Amino acid sequence: MNCFFSCKRLRKTGTLPPVFCSAELQSPGNVLPNFLTLIISLCMLPFFSLNLSNLECISEWATLRMELGAKEKNQELYKPYTNGIIAKEPPSSLQQEIQELRGSANSLRSEPEFEMADIFYFCRRGVESIVDDEVTKRFSAQELKSWNLLTRSNYNFRHISLRLTVLWGLGILIRYGVLLPLRVTLAVTGICLLLVLTTLVAFLPNAELRSYLSEKVHLMCYRICVRALTAIITYHNRENKPKNGGICVANHTTPIDVIILANDGCYSLVGQVHGGLMGMVQRAMVKSSSHIWFERSEVKDRHLVAKRLGDHVADKTKQPILVFPEGTCINNTSVMMFKKGSFEIGCTVYPVAIKYDPRFGDAFWNSSKFGMVSYLLRMMSSWAIVCSVWYLPPMNREEGEDAVQFANRVKAAIAAQGGLVDLIWDGGLKRAKVKDVFKEEQQKLYSKVLVGDSEDQMEDKRSEDGTPEGDESSKDPAEGQ
Amino acid sequence: MGSRASTLLREEEIEEIKKETGFSHSQITRLYSRFTSLDKGENGTLSREDFQRIPELAINPLGDRIINAFFPEGEDQVNFRGFMRTLAHFRPIEDNEKSKNPTASEPLNSRTNKLLFAFRLYDLDRDDKISRDELLQVLRMMVGVNISDEQLGSIADRTIQEADTNGDNSISFNEFIKVLEKVDVEQKMSIRFLH
Repeated sequence: MNCFFSCKRLRKTGTLPPVFCSAELQSPGNVLPNFLTLIISLCMLPFFSLNLSNLECISEWATLRMELGAKEKNQELYKPYTNGIIAKEPPSSLQQEIQELRGSANSLRSEPEFEMADIFYFCRRGVESIVDDEVTKRFSAQELKSWNLLTRSNYNFRHISLRLTVLWGLGILIRYGVLLPLRVTLAVTGICLLLVLTTLVAFLPNAELRSYLSEKVHLMCYRICVRALTAIITYHNRENKPKNGGICVANHTTPIDVIILANDGCYSLVGQVHGGLMGMVQRAMVKSSSHIWFERSEVKDRHLVAKRLGDHVADKTKQPILVFPEGTCINNTSVMMFKKGSFEIGCTVYPVAIKYDPRFGDAFWNSSKFGMVSYLLRMMSSWAIVCSVWYLPPMNREEGEDAVQFANRVKAAIAAQGGLVDLIWDGGLKRAKVKDVFKEEQQKLYSKVLVGDSEDQMEDKRSEDGTPEGDESSKDPAEGQ
Repeated sequence: MGSRASTLLREEEIEEIKKETGFSHSQITRLYSRFTSLDKGENGTLSREDFQRIPELAINPLGDRIINAFFPEGEDQVNFRGFMRTLAHFRPIEDNEKSKNPTASEPLNSRTNKLLFAFRLYDLDRDDKISRDELLQVLRMMVGVNISDEQLGSIADRTIQEADTNGDNSISFNEFIKVLEKVDVEQKMSIRFLH
């Protein structure tokens, strides 16, 4: 309860809020755009400081209060299953498990052997996956341990106490009444500035001056957008930042990933040509710096895509390309299969790991539930978007390594850095059905157990764990949804 | 968005399910949350498509049969009670349960009921016998295209020969139990639910 009394209201301080200090580059060449951004932001946001540690304190108090309230009424509080519903057996191969099932030592019989107990293995695995599987939970927002005063992440929404409701009401007032309008204004300013300034820069005759200015313009506009979202970003290992002539790959959680990365450096974006406002922005951006936009029909043509990317990286004056090889947004608890297209080009790959802190606002875009506009509104009415970006050391494809293995190596490095689960499943399973070939693999493995696997034992060691291998579908370079 | 688990599941219902299946309060609410996350149509029941959306289940050779086991005879939707009733078969057998009231009806997760669940995976027409055809069907599902018809047929014949004691060329439930008496069914057909 002490916590509550000390955090009774959000502290307003006269110092510059952390929102401004975090993402500033201190090099002298960036003084002008920094200064401009600062002026504009200062005009927009008065001395209002969102002190994050206070918010954490309040959210823990809120959860405690809900637990007490539930105990008073002799009810149990629903706790999200952050620790899992079931304890899964450590993964072992299909053959091992079936041998165990059969128990006896006569596995060397020459005749094919079937036991009725064999189905127990499949049965249990099947029901385990019904109760808790690795894939479907990656496509919806992560569940939080303590409530952060946003209705959208509340699982016990009922009237517990007046104080809690008042606090929640106050939260709503601040978020929708104060933060949202300011942020929307900033965002609109940022986009307009981007459109206007890039068009202006495109008119300059001198190519060098043009590229220099376009860099500054892009950086400034992205910084304004970052303020518009109140994104508090911590960049780690800046010395590994992607350089020209390479490809930057990152895990994909939301379209905002682009803004977060482009805030700290200039990238060439890859994607599908859109209509409407997005299309205008795309056309404006292309005027002053080179980006790779594909027509919808061209996306399917793998060779065309590979060629354009290859040409771009070959030109050392062009900025590094930003690609999200997962192809779709995942909820930031795991990294799913990387499509191998970007790894076939043969240039240096700069992996980047992005991890969002879900306590202040969940950044994941659930595209089957929310459209772009409602997603952006939700983003701008959260407390803040807090994330960490790690630049990993550049990687190259090694001798004797094919594109899929290289992609998996990069994926493992990103997952390890970001504290994410490394999955082999395809992010496309969000919408598509799993391919039959994986079931056929399972059937093949079982047949080997039945019929005996003396001649195939060596070959099978590789695929013995029974999990599906990477998907061989066509590359999708577009920033997926 | 998270599911509003506790608000939609009434206390009385949770108590009833607790009595019927033996799951604890927190396990029931967690499983309810899982149920609602699978229920894309948001109508309080699951259809076969909802199950097939789980990739790990879709690649399981016996996936369709397992999904079938959740649906009562002839129906296409399963509600939460039915879902829990089926999952209850996989609850581990606790020692203190064995010594409980012996006259009460057998708990859903007893050894016999676990074996009955497995038996029903084979016995599609529910005539309490696994015929040669039914056995062949399951074998075919498990091996795919990798074994020839003749070989599979001889495997099936051999299995029935070994299990069949009354000579009717099919396996009854009692014969099934006999064949599996040495197998640790309690452990192999149990899932460790966390509290």
